Amino acid sequence: MTQTAKKLELRDVRKSFGANHVLRGVNISVEKGKSLVVIGGSGTGKSVMIKSVLGIVSPDSGSILVDGQETTGLRGKERDALMRKFGMLFQGGALFDSLQIWENVAFGLIQGKGVSRKDAYDVAIEKLRAVGLPSRVAKLLPAELSGGMQKRVGLARAIATNPEIIFFDEPTTGLDPIMADVINDLIIETSKGLGATALSITHDMHSARKIADDIAMIYKGEIIWHGKAADIDHSGNPYVEQFIKGSAEGPIKMEI
Amino acid sequence: MNTADNQQQEQQASAGFSPFGWLLGMCQRIGATLLGFLAAVGRLATFAAQGIYHCFTPPFYPRLLWRQVVDIGYYSLPVVGMTALFTGMVLALQSYTGFSRFSAEGAVATVVVLSVTRELAPVLAGLMVAGRIGASIAAEIGTMRVTEQIDALTTLSTNPFKYLIAPRLIAGTLMLPLLVLIADVIGVYGGYIVGVYKLEFVSENYIHRTWEFLTADDVVSGLWKAAAFGFIVTLMGCYHGFNSQRGAQGVGAATTNAVVSASILILIANYFLTQLFFAGK
Repeated sequence: MTQTAKKLELRDVRKSFGANHVLRGVNISVEKGKSLVVIGGSGTGKSVMIKSVLGIVSPDSGSILVDGQETTGLRGKERDALMRKFGMLFQGGALFDSLQIWENVAFGLIQGKGVSRKDAYDVAIEKLRAVGLPSRVAKLLPAELSGGMQKRVGLARAIATNPEIIFFDEPTTGLDPIMADVINDLIIETSKGLGATALSITHDMHSARKIADDIAMIYKGEIIWHGKAADIDHSGNPYVEQFIKGSAEGPIKMEI
Repeated sequence: MNTADNQQQEQQASAGFSPFGWLLGMCQRIGATLLGFLAAVGRLATFAAQGIYHCFTPPFYPRLLWRQVVDIGYYSLPVVGMTALFTGMVLALQSYTGFSRFSAEGAVATVVVLSVTRELAPVLAGLMVAGRIGASIAAEIGTMRVTEQIDALTTLSTNPFKYLIAPRLIAGTLMLPLLVLIADVIGVYGGYIVGVYKLEFVSENYIHRTWEFLTADDVVSGLWKAAAFGFIVTLMGCYHGFNSQRGAQGVGAATTNAVVSASILILIANYFLTQLFFAGK
């Protein structure tokens, strides 16, 4: 893999909260246009890793490169320019309760890119259609939609600005299996449609197998396995094997 | 365990206690508390400085500012108005009862107007708004924090300080003086109602006494206080909401802390502002 093919790369990223060492030197990269899914249990550092890339959490040390350029420590307009490359689907949707659905979808266009409200409305309707929602939901508030519909709106918001990299945080958590599969299909459709690079974190193996080109496993703040999605069932790594089987027996001990 | 072992343990225990060690532990605890307090003050000061900075730098959000102006100013009017009305009425009754003991009933109107404009309207309006607005800001921003809406703002190229904090700080600082000005009028009118209709003052005399000793400084100082209290209330609501811990309990604690800290800071700031305005006069 060449340096230029890497859209996103993390080198020895470390982050601690007091005595809690959440990331202990994460090394991982995603090729342009590919979908990487990072699997791992709760509290292993998945969310902190993704928040470090987004600049929501500042890593203590290490490098985060986007298109080969260092992004840690970016501020002001440089940070704004970087953020315009990103789209993010949050675990709970994180829709703004006080705004209508179309305003949620168009938020990044209006606030981030200065698009007029009228033009942004048209784009919002188009993006809602892309995730299978009719235009009549545009004027509703998030609280009036079901969990699955909120997730779709979150996805429409994530892709509204045509981002180069899309982050998916537990995209199928809290959904029934059928709706989860619908969301998986939409993730594939929308990411491939935009030609975007995708970085997802999940502990849903069905989702991981479906949306990933590559899969990595994080355990205690370190990437312990990284390979093709097709190789996950014969990884030869006891931690990965225990995780994909969902077995209580194995090297991963739950701290109760 | 035999008796000899017990005696040995007791001796060891008594040997483990030393007044010097106890004193050292005490000093450590005091030091840790002091350091914790200073760190909290530092965090709040940094937050306030960031908030003020973003009030004066673009982009601005007039639509959000207007929403806060309506919420803080217009919707607080009934509660502040009722507080001022009954405070003015009680003040007239109380001062009449007290002053009649040394035949100074004529001072009732003056006492009412000076008390209301200088102290009671700004402080009571500040406390009432702390309860209504401070709590609502902390709960709203705290919920946004725990549901990742604040993180979502960042990912959508929007600075949460400009979008959430600045409009509230500006609206609070501008609207509370306006509320207090209205409260001044309503409070004085409350005193007038009791004075004229219950205590049987002559209306013209009461109004004359109200104006006689009132100066512009009395009203203006109250308005400056109100601006400071409006800033304190919105700042504490924003600060505690923004730093809310996870879960419903975290948001509940943020709301309580916002109201309690805003109320205490209002009372402390009131003393220093009063000293600043009226010391030596």
